[in-house]
Amino acid sequence: MSKGRTFRGGIHPIGHKELSATKAIKVMTPPAEVIIPLKQHVGACCKPLVKKGDIVNKGQKIGDADAFVSAPIHAPVSGVVKAIESCWHPAGGKVQAIVIENDNEERLDPSITPKGELDQLDADAIKTIVREAGIVGLGGATFPTHVKLAPPPDKRIQTLIINGCECEPYLTCDHRLMVEHPDRIIDGTRALLKALGISKAIIGIELNKPDAIEAMQRAAVGHAGIEIVPLKLKYPQGAERQLITAITGKEVPAGGLPMDIGIVVNNVGTAAAIQTAIQTGMPLIERIVTVSGEGVKEPQNLLVRVGSRCSDVLEAAGGFTGTPKQVIIGGPLTGTTQFDLSVPVTKCTSGILVFNQLKTAREPDPCIRCGRCVDVCPAFLVPTTIARYVDGGKLNEAVRWGLLNCIECGSCSYVCPANRFLVQSIKLGKQEVQAERHKKTS
Amino acid sequence: MERNVVTTDTELVISPAPHVSDQESVTSIMYGVVIALLPALIASMYFFRFRALWLVTITVGACIITEWVFQKLRGKPITIYDGSAIVTGMLLAFNLPPTMPSWMAVVGGVVAMTLGKHVFGGLGHNPFNPALVGRAFLLAAFPAAMITWTSPIDGVATVTPLVQMQMGRITSSYWDMFIGNVGGCLGETSALAILIGGLYLLYKRYIDWRIPVSYLGTVGIIALAFGQDPVFHWLAGGLMLGAFFMATDMVTSPITRKGKWLFGIGAGIVLMVIRLWGGYPEGVSYSILLMNGFTPLLDHVTRPRSYGEVKTRA
Ligand code: SF4
Ligand code: SF4
Repeated sequence: MSKGRTFRGGIHPIGHKELSATKAIKVMTPPAEVIIPLKQHVGACCKPLVKKGDIVNKGQKIGDADAFVSAPIHAPVSGVVKAIESCWHPAGGKVQAIVIENDNEERLDPSITPKGELDQLDADAIKTIVREAGIVGLGGATFPTHVKLAPPPDKRIQTLIINGCECEPYLTCDHRLMVEHPDRIIDGTRALLKALGISKAIIGIELNKPDAIEAMQRAAVGHAGIEIVPLKLKYPQGAERQLITAITGKEVPAGGLPMDIGIVVNNVGTAAAIQTAIQTGMPLIERIVTVSGEGVKEPQNLLVRVGSRCSDVLEAAGGFTGTPKQVIIGGPLTGTTQFDLSVPVTKCTSGILVFNQLKTAREPDPCIRCGRCVDVCPAFLVPTTIARYVDGGKLNEAVRWGLLNCIECGSCSYVCPANRFLVQSIKLGKQEVQAERHKKTS
Repeated sequence: MERNVVTTDTELVISPAPHVSDQESVTSIMYGVVIALLPALIASMYFFRFRALWLVTITVGACIITEWVFQKLRGKPITIYDGSAIVTGMLLAFNLPPTMPSWMAVVGGVVAMTLGKHVFGGLGHNPFNPALVGRAFLLAAFPAAMITWTSPIDGVATVTPLVQMQMGRITSSYWDMFIGNVGGCLGETSALAILIGGLYLLYKRYIDWRIPVSYLGTVGIIALAFGQDPVFHWLAGGLMLGAFFMATDMVTSPITRKGKWLFGIGAGIVLMVIRLWGGYPEGVSYSILLMNGFTPLLDHVTRPRSYGEVKTRA
């Protein structure tokens, strides 16, 4: 096998993927109650289409918004709307959510019907299916997928990149999907190509998943235009910009979007969700979640209904091995720590990790200017300098040093021997700058 | 709300991402540098015998004790175990002639840790390499003691190869200079031992290759341009020790890649100006100290291009 392409910078954290990489995807029994946040995507928040006491069917649309950048939400189980109330969102903060009591009847909504063969669907039909199915970027960014499929007329898309990197440690949900359902990913990729009106797709997979590469290569046989590209093992290869550079050698302009250079990126999970939406008509109501970490009894990959509580999922994975110290939703480098395990799984919950001890030392020492953060920054920034400007309140200087080009991958903080708060300060700085700009424009 | 079956008795810890980090710490890096200095220490013990071990021990001891006293007096956390005082002490001792009176070496250690490091706020805040500050002080205070040389092993009075050059007659062979069988400071004479340690530092990525390469490269080019022998200049005096262990000091050298290039080139130019036209045969410490002074500026003017940033031509 070739040595694999890659980008400049990045880190090699210990993967810990062996905990769950060989565990076949298991279907989790839908819980007695689900909590569906009205916002699980980038963009406008949904308005509920149901009210307390309503009976809902599995797959029924229960929330939507008029805005273009948004994605509807659907009932993952059949049952009764128990409440519409605010709940903790796994990404932090509170959101309105629809609580449904499961009647365990799995009663399908009449709207759930196969959408026909891909050959018979045109681009607009596919885009409509994708939007109506509430499909968002499942890699974590949760950007509504139909928006990516509708580039402004002046942007000519040439290449579709499908992200199968899964570069965060512990996570294996995409890996298992590629191994077990490569055909679904290929079909979803074909649908994406058709929706974009192009013929070239590249699927990037890191070399630590040889079985996935092999399965995908086999599935891609006979589909001219779909190429599998092995990539070197490195974090954050799955970050959109870094993946594009690894595969094409091109850089996305700072402040711009991949479509500016004719590229659209989607995750393998997103492609598979599109295939499901076309073949069965089922919207995005479930996803694969990797439950892992030494604090979980039976690390594994579970097919989980959106809205299941974190605690329900952990229980399905056998519960804790000891006293958990930290529970993380997402990967260990960019995920969010939880304090309340009743938070729901959302469309972007790729993993639930349990650590019995903290894996970071938290007393920062002075920066010894070792330059390690500079060496690893995939955005070619000088994280220590930017963080120092942010901490000192000099936001203009921070911006001049590229504050806004930070992709928040956390590589800098990962390698810092002095445990400096680098990405942490930088994120705050970005929020401040964006808030300021927002104030100016409105 | 009803209690979930999976609950936790203890509070879960909330912290901002990332939630994992690699194993390297400031302490592990500092002890890594100490390990890299061991070959040079062994070489100096071979060539200068017990005297070398004694001077290194008291200088390191002086540095550690000074740090402790300073931090006690200031009511600051004690950091003597982080290894940085040992590095400073070893480097300072390596920059002393074997005949240096013990008490002067101790004074050097005290000055290095106070004027060189702690008046600026301790590790990470010092603009100049502390060991070189100590050395510069000793050179100013006790010039005679600092340029009294003895030959290795037998310990009779001699001169260093650079002094030989100034006097117009170089008698030391490349081989003697390479393995360290010449007059000079404790830790600087054996290029071989320094290279072994330097390669270890490069391998562990504790130093960046750009500074030694640009420093040594500039020295070589200037030597050639003025009809001198570049190999002699590389092997003579404290250049090897300086290029691998002192110019590369993280705290006092630039953090950007371009800044590192400029730093090495600048140090090379300063060194050769001193060696070729200065009255003083050795110039490594001054060249590095001078460039230390430029480090903030170099960092400031060499902001790297961000990913996706279009180059703008002024
Ligand atoms: S990695 Fe940490 S100690 Fe090293 S330069 Fe960056 S902030 Fe400073
Ligand atoms: S500065 Fe931003 S982009 Fe660079 S390593 Fe840190 S988090 Fe990643």
